[in-house]
Amino acid sequence: MKQILQVMLFAGTALFSADFSAPTLTSVTTKEKAPDPAGFIQRWIVLEPIPANGLTDAAVQAIVKKEYFPNQFTVVPRDGDKVKVGETELTWRAMDTKLYNLNLFHYARAVNKPTSNVLFWAVTVVNCPRDMPGVRLAIGSNSASVWWVNGQELIGIYRDRQTVIDDGVSKRITLKKGPNVIRAAIVNGGGATDFCARFLDPDDKPLKGFTISLVDR
Amino acid sequence: MIRAIIFTLLVVAVAVFTIAANLDGVVNIHDPSTLVMCNGKYYTYGTGGSVLVSDDGWTWRRGVSPPRRGLAPDVIKLGDRYYLYVARNVGAQPKAEINMLWTKSLDPESPDYKWEEGGVVAGSDGIEDCNAIDPGLFLDPNDGRLWLVYGSYFGYIRLVELDPKTGLRKNPNEKPRDLAINCEASILIFRDGWYYLLATHGSCCRGADSGYNIRVGRSKKVTGPYLDHEGIDMILGGGKLFQGSGGRVVGAGHFGLIDVGQGVQKFSMHWEADLDRGGASVLDIRPLQWRDGWPVAGENLKEGVYEIESVRTGTALEMAVEGMPVGGRRMRGPGGPGGPPAAGAKPPAGGPPGEGGPPRGPGGGMFAGTGSPIPAQDAAQVSKNWPEGKVGVRMDNYFLQAQQKWSITRAPNAGGFMGSPYFKITIAGTDRTLAATEEAELVVLPSFTGGAEQLWRIDQLADGSWRIMPKAVPNSKEPLALSAVGSSFATLSKFDPASEKFRWLLKTP
Repeated sequence: MKQILQVMLFAGTALFSADFSAPTLTSVTTKEKAPDPAGFIQRWIVLEPIPANGLTDAAVQAIVKKEYFPNQFTVVPRDGDKVKVGETELTWRAMDTKLYNLNLFHYARAVNKPTSNVLFWAVTVVNCPRDMPGVRLAIGSNSASVWWVNGQELIGIYRDRQTVIDDGVSKRITLKKGPNVIRAAIVNGGGATDFCARFLDPDDKPLKGFTISLVDR
Repeated sequence: MIRAIIFTLLVVAVAVFTIAANLDGVVNIHDPSTLVMCNGKYYTYGTGGSVLVSDDGWTWRRGVSPPRRGLAPDVIKLGDRYYLYVARNVGAQPKAEINMLWTKSLDPESPDYKWEEGGVVAGSDGIEDCNAIDPGLFLDPNDGRLWLVYGSYFGYIRLVELDPKTGLRKNPNEKPRDLAINCEASILIFRDGWYYLLATHGSCCRGADSGYNIRVGRSKKVTGPYLDHEGIDMILGGGKLFQGSGGRVVGAGHFGLIDVGQGVQKFSMHWEADLDRGGASVLDIRPLQWRDGWPVAGENLKEGVYEIESVRTGTALEMAVEGMPVGGRRMRGPGGPGGPPAAGAKPPAGGPPGEGGPPRGPGGGMFAGTGSPIPAQDAAQVSKNWPEGKVGVRMDNYFLQAQQKWSITRAPNAGGFMGSPYFKITIAGTDRTLAATEEAELVVLPSFTGGAEQLWRIDQLADGSWRIMPKAVPNSKEPLALSAVGSSFATLSKFDPASEKFRWLLKTP
């Protein structure tokens, strides 16, 4: 059913302009940002989508482990950075979301890119004033996604699914004092696509007391 | 309870059977008192001086009789003293009296183990409408007042106030209040603004022919009136059924509240006849639920295969392997269902299997199915694709798949806790075992080796859901419970009775 809706949306909705104007997304205008009152991280840098197909555990793992561009699992890109995937040049764009989630459908449409059967890479940096032990990364995504914190793979959720707050939750980790890199790979089949992420404290309450920033251009 | 005729029978007391349908060890007792803990052991006292002792509430053994043996004792701890109230016939029933005795320890090995006689706290003269036996103690959590209910089928269940400092009557000359009739083995409990009078109806002491059953009424005042769910006063014979006979046990009597803590409650009682133990009268401990303001008798978990579903998220615990849809994967497009047939189109005949999929149904189309029943999925069908060694644990929507079906069985020789054994939890059809990790997370081990991190205590909660706790978590000193911290991820955390994260449904697949 989702595939049918996707076709209808493409047929009936005008594309966003290429200057990156999207209903729920804005450009980054401040150096740092706090999580929202519920702890959600609203600042990300997202690469334009890469064609990809498959939502099973094995398919998604194969998709996200394939190397598409140099330093794929370590790079902290700057707004406007470009990478070449195959013969296609793709751009990293920094953005804030107005909502608890980041709407990848809005993003892809805004830059005139496909939204179905694609892989999005998203990165952000969480700055902690001190070591924060016993916390958990808690995410939701449409559809499957894999998540890393400081290079450690922590979460994988698979199948065609909708974004649910605190769907995938990591084991307990320590966010170290200073910058911590959060990396996500979201694979969409068709239709809507988005994700949300926050940290939970040792009492499973939304983690506060950190800031989110990206590398300056 | 108790007619004098059975007294002798119980002293002769019964061969010990070890078939453990409910509880383990020696559980033969009649008219057990409320359980009380002393020095890390649980004690219950029954008619005829019978005493049962346990270290964990699951495996029981005989204890040392107190100096005064009698009928249907109850026991309560107040301050540093344990008060035992026990009745005796003074001639023919219903002439009886209830005696109090106390000690600072119930453990015969303790230097504080010394019973002192406290005297008579209630009696019946053989003519009045009361038979002063079957004492039940109640310390009101609201105001600290101590109450004694007592009585049997001859006349009324009566209430008198005791002095919590001495265990004796507070106002010896005050006339007892009548609370109920046509019952015995009464006791009071309190919850959420209501006092509950639990009492046993029916006949006792006839083995499998005993009609004993526990009934309940409630009141806003400790002094009554106690009305049942239909508004019938227990003094007119009312009483909502709490626990009757069932399964392999007959004749439920002598309710005793067990507060495990953190909102988890259980109750003790006896069965007049446990068929698996040759019809002997035995102790039992079961979960206590609450529903619509009434206590409801729960049942300890039975061995079986279950879906373990989170109350919070509605998702099911599973071993983290890629699932195979029941009946095989069905592809959209030419190799599988492509969509509903066009209006007026002739349904296609059943086609050959799509690549990697089952046969197509005779009706064709994506909603037509295969045209034949699809058998249930078990591990043997799909486990060849599962990795060896340790596997993670996660949660997902329940798809009826093999990695989501858990076999919960009693762990052999592993003991238990308060009415229920420790269980092992394995993927059904395999020996792959759920275990706690050193990081207080979950893992599925390749096989069960009996470690404490592989033993699970499963307690039914007041709403009928279940709390699931490992016997021990490596590197953790505090008890932890299974928690649905996410929709797709479970962990082990400190139990919070107010959180649905810790509540699980065990559903039969």
